[in-house]
Amino acid sequence: MLTLQYMPHHEFAQLSMSEKISKILKYVKEGNILLIEGRLDPLEESELIKRTMEIITKDFKGVEIASIDYSPKKNSLFEKIKKDLGNFLLKRRPGLTIVGPATIVKEIRKDPKRIELLTMDNKKNKR
Amino acid sequence: MIKGLGSFFRGIFGAFGSKKRVKLGFYGPPNAGKSSLANRIAKDWLGEEFTTASAIPHETREVIIKEKVTIKSKGKELTFNLVDTPGIATKIDYEDFIKHKMNAKEAKDRAKEATKGVIEAIKWLDQVDCVLVVLDSTQNPYSQVNITIIGNLAARDIPVLIVANKSDLRKADIKRVEAAFPQYPTIGVSALKGTNMDEFYEQLFKLVKR
Repeated sequence: MLTLQYMPHHEFAQLSMSEKISKILKYVKEGNILLIEGRLDPLEESELIKRTMEIITKDFKGVEIASIDYSPKKNSLFEKIKKDLGNFLLKRRPGLTIVGPATIVKEIRKDPKRIELLTMDNKKNKR
Repeated sequence: MIKGLGSFFRGIFGAFGSKKRVKLGFYGPPNAGKSSLANRIAKDWLGEEFTTASAIPHETREVIIKEKVTIKSKGKELTFNLVDTPGIATKIDYEDFIKHKMNAKEAKDRAKEATKGVIEAIKWLDQVDCVLVVLDSTQNPYSQVNITIIGNLAARDIPVLIVANKSDLRKADIKRVEAAFPQYPTIGVSALKGTNMDEFYEQLFKLVKR
């Protein structure tokens, strides 16, 4: 059975970078797939990779991660400034981040419009 | 603020362009051809390779530097320190190495070294002047690792040239790589065969000027 753990923006945004990474890795190491409201910034993503590498064992082989940016691209300048200011004040990066353990999520295939999450069983069935 | 300072110092050092050695980082996912490209450049300008390339993932597990590589293009000359980094990945499974005919101990050792290599590669992001992001043009460019690497370089305001490698292969799709990262220049090459290298060197010089 797969467990999807949802993490709302208000719960996540107040944490420091280190706390965010610790929280993600704690859930993922327990075998959960995390759905985080919002996106990690690039420095948080690279820190997540670094911290993941530090704890890799023969049982925990790392993470699969993908983020989607669903902010509309064709806003007017005024709309864009308004949204950017709102996101800045709320420390929000609109979108969705999916993180799962590499032992369960074999691959997250991504193109600009969709995400395919392939789990171990899925992949076996495909063969 | 930090971004601004980075540009400021790059601008000042740019004025002494001919004296300064440019630290050129090779970044990308495993098996994209970073070491092959670094070797191609070293071979073109020094007549010798300096790093090991192989079909087995994570062949490069520590940062390897080749100093003082002078490249000429269109009558101009620049000297680089080539910084070949281990491939960045979010997961490393020792069993993948067993598929490449390693025994369990060798595979586990390699996996452990590979994790350290990824950490080292990320740490080196703060020390390079400009970066070649080397991608396998036969693979989907929209991977999180690619996005994370490019996002980190953008956050540090480091000039980037995307190298869509393996352009000689039937499945290569340079346009797809270009479309994935339209904010950066992209050049298709085959590092192994040395295809399109003159054009690559021209783009490299433009990158350093930025």
